[in-house]
Amino acid sequence: MSDHEYTPSSKFGKWFNDRLPLLTLANHLTDYPTPKNLNYWWTFGGILTFCLITQIVTGLVLAMHYIAHADMAFSSVEHIMRDVNYGWLLRYVHANGASMFFLAVYIHIFRSLFYGSYKSPREIIWILGIIIYLLMMAAAFMGYVLPWGQMSFWGATVITNLFSAIPLVGESITTWLWGGYSVDNPTLTRFFTLHYLIPFLILGLVVLHIWALHVPGNNNPVGIDIKKPSKDTVPFHPYIVIKDAFALLMFCIVFALFVFYQPNILGHADNYIEADPLVTPAHIVPEWYLLPFYAILRSVPDKLMGVVAMLSAILILAALPWLDTSKVRSAVFRPLFRQFYWILVADVLILGYVGAMPAEGLYLLIARVATAYYFAHFLIILPVLGWKEKTTPLPLSITEPVLGGSPNLAAARSDEKIEKTIK
Amino acid sequence: MRKLKNIFFVLIFSVIVLNSSNSAEKSPPFLETKWTFKGLFGKFDRASLQRGYQVYTEVCASCHSMKYLTYRNLAEKGGPEFSELEAKAIAASFEVTDGPNSTGEMFVRPAKLSDKFVMPYANEQEAKAANGGAYPPDMSVLVKARKGGADYIYSLLLGYSEPPEGVELDDGVYYNKYMYGNKIKMPAPLSDDLIEYTDGTKATAEQLSKDVTNFLMWSAEPHLEQRHKTGFRVIAYLIILTVLVYFTMKKIWSRVEPKV
Repeated sequence: MSDHEYTPSSKFGKWFNDRLPLLTLANHLTDYPTPKNLNYWWTFGGILTFCLITQIVTGLVLAMHYIAHADMAFSSVEHIMRDVNYGWLLRYVHANGASMFFLAVYIHIFRSLFYGSYKSPREIIWILGIIIYLLMMAAAFMGYVLPWGQMSFWGATVITNLFSAIPLVGESITTWLWGGYSVDNPTLTRFFTLHYLIPFLILGLVVLHIWALHVPGNNNPVGIDIKKPSKDTVPFHPYIVIKDAFALLMFCIVFALFVFYQPNILGHADNYIEADPLVTPAHIVPEWYLLPFYAILRSVPDKLMGVVAMLSAILILAALPWLDTSKVRSAVFRPLFRQFYWILVADVLILGYVGAMPAEGLYLLIARVATAYYFAHFLIILPVLGWKEKTTPLPLSITEPVLGGSPNLAAARSDEKIEKTIK
Repeated sequence: MRKLKNIFFVLIFSVIVLNSSNSAEKSPPFLETKWTFKGLFGKFDRASLQRGYQVYTEVCASCHSMKYLTYRNLAEKGGPEFSELEAKAIAASFEVTDGPNSTGEMFVRPAKLSDKFVMPYANEQEAKAANGGAYPPDMSVLVKARKGGADYIYSLLLGYSEPPEGVELDDGVYYNKYMYGNKIKMPAPLSDDLIEYTDGTKATAEQLSKDVTNFLMWSAEPHLEQRHKTGFRVIAYLIILTVLVYFTMKKIWSRVEPKV
């Protein structure tokens, strides 16, 4: 990072900045040297920040009209949809915003997986990201409970019941979580409180996530370190700002299509039926973004082991920087890894698909194979690949492959050899 | 490689959308009819909504409540748009219990625009007792609460028939090929010329079903017209802005190699 000493031009600015260096921070953020070869997959960090702010702002207004009470929650949501000025817009943005948030976060995560952004020296950024992702899932799950529809109620029942699988104390923990002997009003009020709290925790973690990013700087599509900041990077403003803005607008168009023209397609019809503890829906399905983990949960016959498998599926990601033994970051130079990467993508999609299906027959078999493969990818394939795989030669610098084209690349390769022999 | 990525992106998206509309049970394809509220500029057919209200109030309302609707909604923009006088007259034809008054007594008065739709039963238990144990669901958001939405409701209303060979039905249970499990406790509610439309439209079973489904769609999404109108403006604005930002980006990046 090239943090040259910054001095505000005005006298007041200097006085203020000596006491609270906000201007230095602003200067750092605008000047922040960013690799110039970042592609559009790198715009999702900014998009995710936008999603978080959107959720917080719409959520704040919704909370002014929502009533967290088992007898009134459902009708208060209808009140928002019918009588609150633009209440329908706020709610549809908030509900679809959750889906868009997850869509963006999955692209962000898979971008990281492809370009090896989790590798040294960016492990802490990655682990903070995993914690944010976990909190997002908690927030989304609790948010889905708030309208107090049938899926809200039964989804909450299924998920909270998972804790009862813990030996000895499981039952007591579940009762403690519920605040009673079943999902009921106390559960709703505490979920509402937590749903309101978690986004701010996420916001704090996002600040840390970005702070940790600004120490080593961005990874980039070729995955090599910046050699000459003057040649390899551009200042964040205006170059990255305008590019992020363009990508964000494209994202917003997709977002708007859902909000205005298919606002309920990502939800489940049963959630427009008020919660009824005496009537169980035919199929209890979580929101689409949790389906792969739901499939993993159900693919294990034992309840406790199912919960363990589901949690491990997420936590294993935290160990990824050490499970992937390859020194080369970007999949661009890892021909074998690249293939396994796309198999993993397909595997997760398959898990998502079978997660929406009843856990029986062929679906269950597919879920089991896909679950086994998911773990094998991280525990066997990645460590072994790191040792066995023959990677293609890395370019000399970020500018070289993009500026050069093929003749230069050949030269670069021979240069690299020369460099190696010198070393 | 780039192409492959794009294909995967599209795949992810389609799987998401498919998943959400997936469910295990299979029902025959829904009956086809044209809905004016679908599409980019979809709007309700005003006359159909007014007829639909008539069907609701003369047929459905004897068992089904609509507890989230208010009489004033009938005169609001984007709905059946009865005139305020008509809506007042509709409201006044119902009686509500109000009170307590200054002497502590409850009293009955004609409904006002600000009153919620009067419910056919005092409570769920009474509703069940009067309907052979089945609770006639509240119809306010019914269209959104059923997979298939308006198409499903329309098909269900017309989906009654004699049970096929080998299907045994208890007393008070009817066969409907669109119902989950094909068994329904509501007898076929609509038939040709069941009611007489005030606007003179011929009241075939199809017409009745279509009108009432239109009405139910509106009651589930009272701001649908405003949503479509706003949505078109928002998206048009976004597209124009995106194009402008795109050229700005090109201009800014023209100073450096490589270009975006």
